Amino acid sequence: MDAIQVNDLTKRYGGFKAVDHISFSVVEGEIFGFLGPNGSGKSTTIRMLTGIVKPDEGTAAIMGHDIVKDSIRARESIGFVPEMANAYVELTAWRNLMFMGDLYGIPRSERERRASDLLKRFGLYERRDNQVRGFSKGMRQRLLLCMALINDPPVLILDEPTSGLDVESSRLIKEVIRELNRAGTTVFLTTHNIEDASQLCERVAIINRGVIIAVDRPEALRQAGSALYCIEVSFSRSVDERELSDIPSVREVMKFGDKLRLYVDDIDMAITSIVDYARIHNMKILALTTLAPSLEDIFVRLTHKTGAE
Amino acid sequence: MSHLEQLRRSLAIAEKDVWIYYAKGPVMVFGIIFPLFLIMAFTIGRNMTVVDLFPGLMGMAIFFTSTAVGPAILPWETRSRTLERLVTAPVEVWALLLGDVIASFVFGILISLIPLSVAVLMGVEVLHAAVFVLGMLLATFCFASLSILLSVYPPTDVPATVMMLSSLVRFPMVFISGVFVPVDQLPGWGRAISSVSPLTYFVDLARYSISGISYYSAPVDLAVMTVFAVVFLVVAIKLHERFLPQRFS
Ligand SMILES: Nc1ncnc2c1ncn2[C@@H]1O[C@H](COP(=O)(O)OP(=O)(O)O)[C@@H](O)[C@H]1O
Ligand SMILES: [Mg+2]
Repeated sequence: MDAIQVNDLTKRYGGFKAVDHISFSVVEGEIFGFLGPNGSGKSTTIRMLTGIVKPDEGTAAIMGHDIVKDSIRARESIGFVPEMANAYVELTAWRNLMFMGDLYGIPRSERERRASDLLKRFGLYERRDNQVRGFSKGMRQRLLLCMALINDPPVLILDEPTSGLDVESSRLIKEVIRELNRAGTTVFLTTHNIEDASQLCERVAIINRGVIIAVDRPEALRQAGSALYCIEVSFSRSVDERELSDIPSVREVMKFGDKLRLYVDDIDMAITSIVDYARIHNMKILALTTLAPSLEDIFVRLTHKTGAE
Repeated sequence: MSHLEQLRRSLAIAEKDVWIYYAKGPVMVFGIIFPLFLIMAFTIGRNMTVVDLFPGLMGMAIFFTSTAVGPAILPWETRSRTLERLVTAPVEVWALLLGDVIASFVFGILISLIPLSVAVLMGVEVLHAAVFVLGMLLATFCFASLSILLSVYPPTDVPATVMMLSSLVRFPMVFISGVFVPVDQLPGWGRAISSVSPLTYFVDLARYSISGISYYSAPVDLAVMTVFAVVFLVVAIKLHERFLPQRFS
């Protein structure tokens, strides 16, 4: 069974399609990412899955529970951290967790045990009796994760879990996501950050303007989106870009400060030619780096392609 | 999922509301001072006795305290970004709103006990205590439901907007509810207008409780308040279900 199954899900606001007939499934045990720029429909999709927003068309199920007909069951099988959410700042970390546990009908002793475990794991146990008001953004996000995990859910849904966090909190949260996943939790997360997606996700759906334009492993998307490699080179003196574009196999040349970026078909032929070029013109090569095509390149290509249609 | 289980979750929400929205210094002080202030404002320098004023004053105390905070809860949770997490818990919308109603109810009852005690100490004798207590519970629940209804529209995240709009409903209601002039002394059109306010029936019942005199009868007062309570609650739930998604964007 798929942990999340989505068929033709659609949401309109007025005449505007925020989410437009999207279909995908998240396999049990994987980390699945929803990658797209702001306003592409990621949160709207999540809000349909969590039952806040009613879809206009299509269906979806979480752990086999229909999100509309069996919304309460579906919600019971997820842990959720909304985008830019907050815990109750007037309450202590502990009380926030007890309240959440209550909402899931978890008996007191069980609630307390889980809350202690979670707070320890997220480095908040010492601060459990402090009001959340005094917590940093990273601490709040960690507490929200604790709150999402209090019902021991099989599926974790995270809307932009690392956006706006400091490096350390972001890294900790990513580590925890991986750790939870290793222990069997299915994770569905959204992000507009390509690095996060490729670091965390086994599969990524790229969404733009409410439409899914590709679903694949980040590495496969890299390869499919672009066969081009990139060479970054800097010479001992400045050179004419146009001359470089005459080198065999070079498709495109861009200037970045004192570096030149060459997009090439054949990396071996290109490097040999660059070396020859430098020797003929009596220049030194100061640096030469080869870059695999980044997910960003692919993303820009894919989204521009659909944007132009 | 059983309704009983949902009801237990309502209680958890009510408890949360009490901690966050009611157990605050300024709210408590307002709740306690305001009714006492009303008592003083209406008794000092007038030759009306506490007994004459008791029905109207109790009505105002219950009405204002039980509608004081309720309308602000949802806008406040929207603003402080706690709402999305709350409404995605396995809690039905009705159970969530009922939780808010219960919190308003508890606050209204507890605070209203203060002016009630003061009135009793000042010589008011409640002849029909059971009827009065029942009426007080019913009225407070009815007004608490109204307070949730008042936050339906607009689905804003600015608590002040909702409080301002709710004041536009709350203050006129006091004037048409037989608080200052008993219903039987109102002209025909006044009585017609007053019949649409649930507060009218509580004031009438309170008058009956201490003097045996009322315009409607006690059973009618109780029945009408029940109807108002149910209507407010059901309409609030239906409309919130409709407008809640607009709080997220
Ligand atoms: N309640 C709403 N009413 C009207 N438009 C909305 C609402 N919620 C979202 N939208 C629009 O839908 C689009 C998708 O939004 P969203 O799902 O939040 O994007 P993302 O999470 O990818 O940034 C945006 O253009 C947004 O303005
Ligand atoms: Mg979003």
